[in-house]
Amino acid sequence: MDELCRRLAVDLDGAFPELVDALASDVYSGLRRLAGADDAEDLTQETFIRAYRALGEYDAERIRNLRLRAWVWTIALNLGRNHARDKARRPTPVRLEDRFGVEDPEPADEAAWDHRLRSLPPAQRRAVVLRHVVGLDYEEIADATGRPPATVRSDVRRGLERLRAAMEGES
Amino acid sequence: MTIEEQLQSLRRPAPATVRPAVELGTGLVPGFSVYEAPVGEVAVVFTPRGVRSVRLADEVDPGAIEAEPPRAWRDRIRRALEEGRPGDLPLDLEGVSPFRRRVLEKAATIPKGEVRSYGWLARHVGKPGASRAVGSAMATNPVPLIIPCHRVVRSDGRIGAYSLGGPENKWKLLRYEGAEPELLEELAAAKVRFIGSDTTGIFCVPSCRNARRITPQHRLSLRSEAEAERAGLRPCRVCQPLG
Repeated sequence: MDELCRRLAVDLDGAFPELVDALASDVYSGLRRLAGADDAEDLTQETFIRAYRALGEYDAERIRNLRLRAWVWTIALNLGRNHARDKARRPTPVRLEDRFGVEDPEPADEAAWDHRLRSLPPAQRRAVVLRHVVGLDYEEIADATGRPPATVRSDVRRGLERLRAAMEGES
Repeated sequence: MTIEEQLQSLRRPAPATVRPAVELGTGLVPGFSVYEAPVGEVAVVFTPRGVRSVRLADEVDPGAIEAEPPRAWRDRIRRALEEGRPGDLPLDLEGVSPFRRRVLEKAATIPKGEVRSYGWLARHVGKPGASRAVGSAMATNPVPLIIPCHRVVRSDGRIGAYSLGGPENKWKLLRYEGAEPELLEELAAAKVRFIGSDTTGIFCVPSCRNARRITPQHRLSLRSEAEAERAGLRPCRVCQPLG
C-alpha cells in the first residue's frame, strides 16, 4: 500500500486503477454487509469516484502519507451512512420479487448473518464487519471511524460476544 | 467453523462491472454511445465533464467503453446532433487551445442551412489574416456535427474538405439542412461572393436567409466588397458578410 501511495502521488491517473483493483473487493464485501446487497455495488463505485476526486485535490506529500485502506473506508462509511439516512426518508417501493415470490438471489446463510449483524449497535456492527469480513486491523478501523483503537477493540469483542449469544439462542 | 471464520467467509469479490464504472465515473476512460446521423452511425464520446468527441461509429477509440451518457445529457445530445449546435450540452474541450476554442464557439453560431467561409470566421474571431489557422481548427474539430464545421466553406466559396469521413459527408449534411451545396459551388465557380438587393439596399453572404428571400429580378450578384460599395449597398446585420 505504501508503494501504491508513492505511485499515486506521482501519477494519479496511471496508478488509480490499481487502487481500485486492490481495494474493490474489500469495499464491496464490507458495504454488502453494512448497506445491503442491493446498494453495495453502486456505493462501491461511488466510493472510488469520490476517492479519485479527493486525491486530485491533495498535494503529493499528503498522498504519500495516506493510510490508504483506512482513508478509502472513511469515504465508504460516510457514503454508507448518508445512504442509510436518505433511504430512511424515502418510502421503500414494493419490489416485484416480494410480490411474485421470485427467489431472493442472496443465499440464506448471508441473510441469516445480516439479520444477526443488524441486531448489533451500529458501532459494534461496523467494527465487526471491518475487522472480520474486510480484514482491517484495529488501527485502520480507528482511523476510518474516528474512534480510539482501544474502543474499537472492545467494540469488536462485544460485538462477537453478542453474535455468539444470538447464534446460541437460534439453535 | 469459528464465528470469525464464518464472518470471513462472507467476503465477496467485487462485481466485474465496478472497475469500468469507476473508470467512466472518474473520466479516466471515456464512454461512448452510438447515434444515428445523416452521415450514418456516429459515436458520441463523453467524460463526466462533457462530450469530448464525435467520430464515425467504426472509428471510435478502442479504449472507450460503450455506456449510457449521464441521464441529463441524453436529450441534449440528440438535440445537439439534430440542430448542429451544442445548445446547453456541456463539451469537454480539454487540450484544445484558447484560439481554437474561440473559433469553435463562433462556428457554433452559424445557422442551420447556411454556410460561412474560413475568411469570415477568421474576421469574426478578430484575426482577419488567420484563414489557414481557422481551417486547421475546423479540420481538428473534435466534435463535428455538434460544432457544425460542415457549415464552414473555403474562402472562395467552394465547399472544401471535411474531417468526418470526407467531403461527400459535408455535401450530404448541407443538402440535408437545405443549404443547396450545388448552388453554392456554382456561385463560387462564377466568383460570386455576395448577393445584394436593389430594393432593401443590403448585401449578404450567398446562403444568408435574407439573401435567399431576394426575388430574382432584384437580385445582384457581387464579386467583391468594392462592387457592393459601388452599388451603394450596406452589409446585412444578420450574416455580417464583412466581419
